Amino acid sequence: MIKKIFFQLIFFNLFFFREVFAAESGGMPQLNPEFWISQIFWLTLTFGILYIVLSKLILPKISSNLELRKSQIQDNIEAADKQRESSETKLKEYENIVLKSKLEAKNILGEAKENALKEINAKKDTLDKQIDEEIKKAEQEISVLKKSAPDKINKIAKETVSEILKKLIGAEINNSSISAIVDDMSKKNGDKYYDN
Amino acid sequence: MAANPMTQFEVYRIGPEIKIGAFDISFTNASLFMVVSSLAILIIFNLGSKKNSLLPSKMQLLAELSYTFVSKMISDTAGLKAKPYFSFIFSLFMFVLFCNMFGMIPYTFTVTSHIIVTFVLAAFIFIGVTVIGFLKHGFGYLKLFVPSGVPVVLLPLIVIIEIISYLSRPISLSVRLFANMMAGHTMMKVFGGFVISLGVVGGWLPLSFSVALTGLEILVAFLQAYVFAILTCIYLNDALNLHH
Repeated sequence: MIKKIFFQLIFFNLFFFREVFAAESGGMPQLNPEFWISQIFWLTLTFGILYIVLSKLILPKISSNLELRKSQIQDNIEAADKQRESSETKLKEYENIVLKSKLEAKNILGEAKENALKEINAKKDTLDKQIDEEIKKAEQEISVLKKSAPDKINKIAKETVSEILKKLIGAEINNSSISAIVDDMSKKNGDKYYDN
Repeated sequence: MAANPMTQFEVYRIGPEIKIGAFDISFTNASLFMVVSSLAILIIFNLGSKKNSLLPSKMQLLAELSYTFVSKMISDTAGLKAKPYFSFIFSLFMFVLFCNMFGMIPYTFTVTSHIIVTFVLAAFIFIGVTVIGFLKHGFGYLKLFVPSGVPVVLLPLIVIIEIISYLSRPISLSVRLFANMMAGHTMMKVFGGFVISLGVVGGWLPLSFSVALTGLEILVAFLQAYVFAILTCIYLNDALNLHH
């Protein structure tokens, strides 16, 4: 139902429009020469002014703006390149410095080690000498003591023997006879007690 | 009921009648929109070129993009020799574009929908290009009508065709723009009339057409300005660099 009305409306309207065109068909207003001169005049005037102002004032400004921007950007890029190069060389210098200082530090460390080793060796040598000397002294003392030890022991032995005999027998016995026996004993068995 | 779709193209006087001698140069609605378009161009490009910042503002970007667009168009079609004519082609492109675009606003007048306006522009271009051609090449410019590599038998015919095509340039250039603008606006008016007459029940279909046509017409408005400018460049190229 609605569809039918719709199409009928379209049809009638088309019909109506054709009537309207037929009624008002005065042709195109474009072909009416009444205002042609006026349009030509105003077109020449406005377009002329537009052309003059654009070409003399505005377009040169835009083109110079564009060129300025171009050159400015170019300059900035060049400056950035330069700075990057300088920073790269500085970085290289810095790396060289670090490398050099590392080497120096190594050298210093090596020298210090050598010096320390030398000092330690020297001190060791002197200490060794001192120790050797002291050992020698001690050995000499020991050997002196060793040499004198049998005599002392003999003496002690004689005295103790005489004392013991005195207490056992109650009479004093000739020292010479005791010393003779002790000496004899020490001579026989001395090797057993002293490693001479 | 719906008005005649052609009434939108009628020119009427605004203000008093101005006469110079026998010529009527009264200020009309057509004159008004020529002035409005020119002023709009001048204001936009003046704002766009006032300040030069490294990071352009929107206006500046618009002006500079248009500048590079037109300059690229010229250098692509007419080469470096066409540089002195840059200002003219730029003004022409912008004028036609703005007149077309202002015509897309409802209740405005489309300056370029009048054959006399487009014909004056086209005739000026035609005469200018011809003068430039003869100044650059002297009578050698007539070689334009004699293409190379054509058999001698066909030559008279070809020369006649070339001359006719050359002479019809201003007509084709002006009629193309005028007819496109007039047809588009008439069609929009007709569909708008359908919307009114079919009402709420059936008006939706022509309304949707009308919306689609508006988009198409904006495209056509730009495209015709571009075509007008690029054809001018091509004619200029013929005059500057004689290839034949």
